Amino acid sequence: MTAAGLSASPRTFRLRANALWLAAPAIAFLVVFFLIPVGRLLFLSIQGDTGSLTAEHYDRLLHTEVYWRILIITFRIAGLTAFFSLLLGYPLAYWLSQLKEQRRNQMLLLVLVPFWTSYLVKAFAWMLLLGNQGVLNRLLGGAGITDSPLPLMYNEFGVIVGMVHAMMPLAVLTMMPVMSGIDTRLSQAAGTLGANGAHRFWMVYFPLSIPGMAAGGLLTFITSLGFFIVPAFLGGRQQTMLAQLIIIQVQELVNWAFAGVLATMLLVSALIACWIYNHLFGLASLSAGSSTADKTSSAWTRRFGFALLEKLAWITSAVTGRFSQGGRGKILPGYVALIVFFLVAPTLMVIPIAFTSSDFLEFPPPGYSTRWFSLYFNSPIWISATVRSFGVAFATAIAATAIGGLAALAIARSRSRFGGVVFAFMLAPMIVPRIVIAVGLFYLFAQMGLVATNLGLVIGHTVLSIPFTFVAIAAVLKGYDWRLDQAAASLGAGRFQVLRLITVPLIRGGVISAFLFAFVTSFDELTIAIFVSGGLKSTLPKQMWDDMILQLNPTLAAVSVVVLVIVTAILLVADRLRR
Amino acid sequence: MVHVDSKNALPKLKISGLGKRYGEVVALEPTELTVNAGEFVTLLGPSGSGKTTLLQMISGLTEPTTGTLHVDGRDETATPVHRRDMGLVFQHYALFPHMTVGENIAFPLKMRGAPTNEVRERVRETLAKVQLEQYGDRFPRELSGGQQQRVALARCFVYRPQIVLMDEPLGALDKNLREHMQFEIKRLHREFGTTVIYVTHDQEEALVLSDRICLMNHARVEQIGTPREIYSRPKSIFSARFIGLSNLFIGKVSDAGDGRIVVANSNGSFEARQENCGPLVNGKAGLVLRPEQLRPGPAGAGENDITGTVTEIIYVGSDTRLVLTLQDGETVSVRHDPATTLPALGDSLTYHWPIDVAVVVS
Repeated sequence: MTAAGLSASPRTFRLRANALWLAAPAIAFLVVFFLIPVGRLLFLSIQGDTGSLTAEHYDRLLHTEVYWRILIITFRIAGLTAFFSLLLGYPLAYWLSQLKEQRRNQMLLLVLVPFWTSYLVKAFAWMLLLGNQGVLNRLLGGAGITDSPLPLMYNEFGVIVGMVHAMMPLAVLTMMPVMSGIDTRLSQAAGTLGANGAHRFWMVYFPLSIPGMAAGGLLTFITSLGFFIVPAFLGGRQQTMLAQLIIIQVQELVNWAFAGVLATMLLVSALIACWIYNHLFGLASLSAGSSTADKTSSAWTRRFGFALLEKLAWITSAVTGRFSQGGRGKILPGYVALIVFFLVAPTLMVIPIAFTSSDFLEFPPPGYSTRWFSLYFNSPIWISATVRSFGVAFATAIAATAIGGLAALAIARSRSRFGGVVFAFMLAPMIVPRIVIAVGLFYLFAQMGLVATNLGLVIGHTVLSIPFTFVAIAAVLKGYDWRLDQAAASLGAGRFQVLRLITVPLIRGGVISAFLFAFVTSFDELTIAIFVSGGLKSTLPKQMWDDMILQLNPTLAAVSVVVLVIVTAILLVADRLRR
Repeated sequence: MVHVDSKNALPKLKISGLGKRYGEVVALEPTELTVNAGEFVTLLGPSGSGKTTLLQMISGLTEPTTGTLHVDGRDETATPVHRRDMGLVFQHYALFPHMTVGENIAFPLKMRGAPTNEVRERVRETLAKVQLEQYGDRFPRELSGGQQQRVALARCFVYRPQIVLMDEPLGALDKNLREHMQFEIKRLHREFGTTVIYVTHDQEEALVLSDRICLMNHARVEQIGTPREIYSRPKSIFSARFIGLSNLFIGKVSDAGDGRIVVANSNGSFEARQENCGPLVNGKAGLVLRPEQLRPGPAGAGENDITGTVTEIIYVGSDTRLVLTLQDGETVSVRHDPATTLPALGDSLTYHWPIDVAVVVS
């Protein structure tokens, strides 16, 4: 802005300096429907019957062995999920990061579609695959490899397979940007300095990719901590996780205080994970992709780490030296094909099953028909649930895009020192486990009379969607050159014309994709819906959940296909608009 | 400057017919280049001239489509990059950000399996050579651009590669620092006696550093020679224009007999020696004159002259340059003699030159 512009319009200047006010609606919304409900839920855990402070509920936790076991199981499953998601996802993320940008965007859909595919659909697919009468056991039995069905489900194996399948896309999507940010010339430089392929990878590429792995590990671990869909369907009694226990405490035992205790455990665990991560890597690297690790970790650990990596490099080069050059080049693409198959195939398998003519979930189907689709389209329950989900998702997308977008604009335009705090607050609903938010909102809504209302659902889903819309729009604004606005103004465009002709056209893609991501988030959402919707006011995921608990049937396959098609279509549109 | 004395000594590096195509696009026409041990050769040219492609093929980062590369008489065309005994200094240094300065410099020694004691000693010694003794435990990002550049040089020279390749290593530095680093590079080259192949698009840098310059344009070699040869005997209009400031009179060439030729255009006809005339195409050619070759005053015997009005007076510090506009609008740069008074814009001046100095190229 020029000096003349300043003196001519002091009001607009003041508005700009305090652009942080644009975040006010988002802050107010999140305080009322996120901070207060979660805070109250935590407070319930230290409140006695008379309202006085007490530690009796924690006492109960400490002295009941079964709860300890559930806590340990939750950590174990979350840890294993994060570990395998990173291990198996790393080569895929590496492969994607090496592609040329245009091709990478195309291939990224292979990860994005499984990422956004409903957890319920994914769990349903694995139930069809892993059951005693499931596809895998039939194939194995049919081929004469096994005599009796292998126990693939209702045990830890089933849970881990389902969880890794659900979480790996998140790990890959977090690691990939860090990896593609690694300067390829560093590897070339190492080559000219005498490093072979193994040394280039272990001593240069791998250490530089660690921030991405740490971020991916953190996000998968935190998300897994609060997960209940996969263990509920693919696990047995021994794999009950904390979130499931919370649902039981609220829905069956109506023990709010103890639900508060468990929610506190979950939240504290997530925060400790964040704290450790922040201590080692700095939360900044979640978005920036540059390591600050060298500063915080001691010289001793660094030296030890490097010595270890050097050993790994010598071992790897000794091993790979035995393969021919041509053979080595095929390992990575082969592995990538295998992992993509693991990510995509289970959900694709649901499609032929949805068209089965049989009354049973057989694969391959004995014959084909559309009877299950007509059952779905003629069922008032399913159709009303679908219509409700659409309506709620649409309202959520509008609300979340407006609120989150204004907050993103505030952050982009403000140089206030509170910017960082607001930024963190906007992302907080992503860090706090969903089940904690859901139970807190349920408690609040029960008092406000918003349970089993569409408004309650929209509010809840908006809380969950704000981080997504905020990040998506903040990303576009970050790359936006504000001098273009100044240039337009200097060429004679008024404030409104600048907005209409310059700003909006340039950030439109980001805003629309934010809208679509919020839509999908709401459309797929189950946790809040479990508590807030119910009976005749069910959403599509809630209706699926209820049906899946009762009994698996081919209608569910048909519904899954409907959900798959809708979500994929939205993603393809969002992807098109992003370019 | 090191020259190979004995006739049967092998050149350090011999490139024969080395070329690169990407589909229909020619990145480098088949090229010949021989570099002697200890020599400093610069690949000079505008962007897209193929100089970086040539360097990358020498280093092994890019595979050639045709041709061979011999080092000390051994065929190294197919040797993978990490087995070539060459060092490459990158344009943006490519220092490993997760390693300290010391670890960066130790890296090539470790890759060669050098014992720990020796690594420590060599790193210390090399840090001293680039005046960075105190910086071994710092990370690259904590250093200034010039310091990072010195680390990149140290990392390259520490393992004494036979050939050091440099890809516009000073491109990211400002002018003062660049001049200082040129001096530093020359010193390292002298102390280690390494063969250096250096890529730049900066002709001044090439003139300062090189034993020989390999001038490149349109994916092929335009001219190879010492800086003096290329400056005083350019072989083409491109060479004349790319190196140093030059005035060009383009016109028709005719034989004037007596070992002389004449280049004629609308500004007059200018004589030159037949021996200073390169091979011509279509009888058209350009007469090349450097500004310092023109002297004020009318022509005497065996001289040519031009007359024009002063249209620009450019003060460049050490010199004052005058731009004369001739009758038909063509401009000529000349050097103002500091002993005389400065002319005013619009003054008419005459300059002359001996016919021996002009070079005719096409």
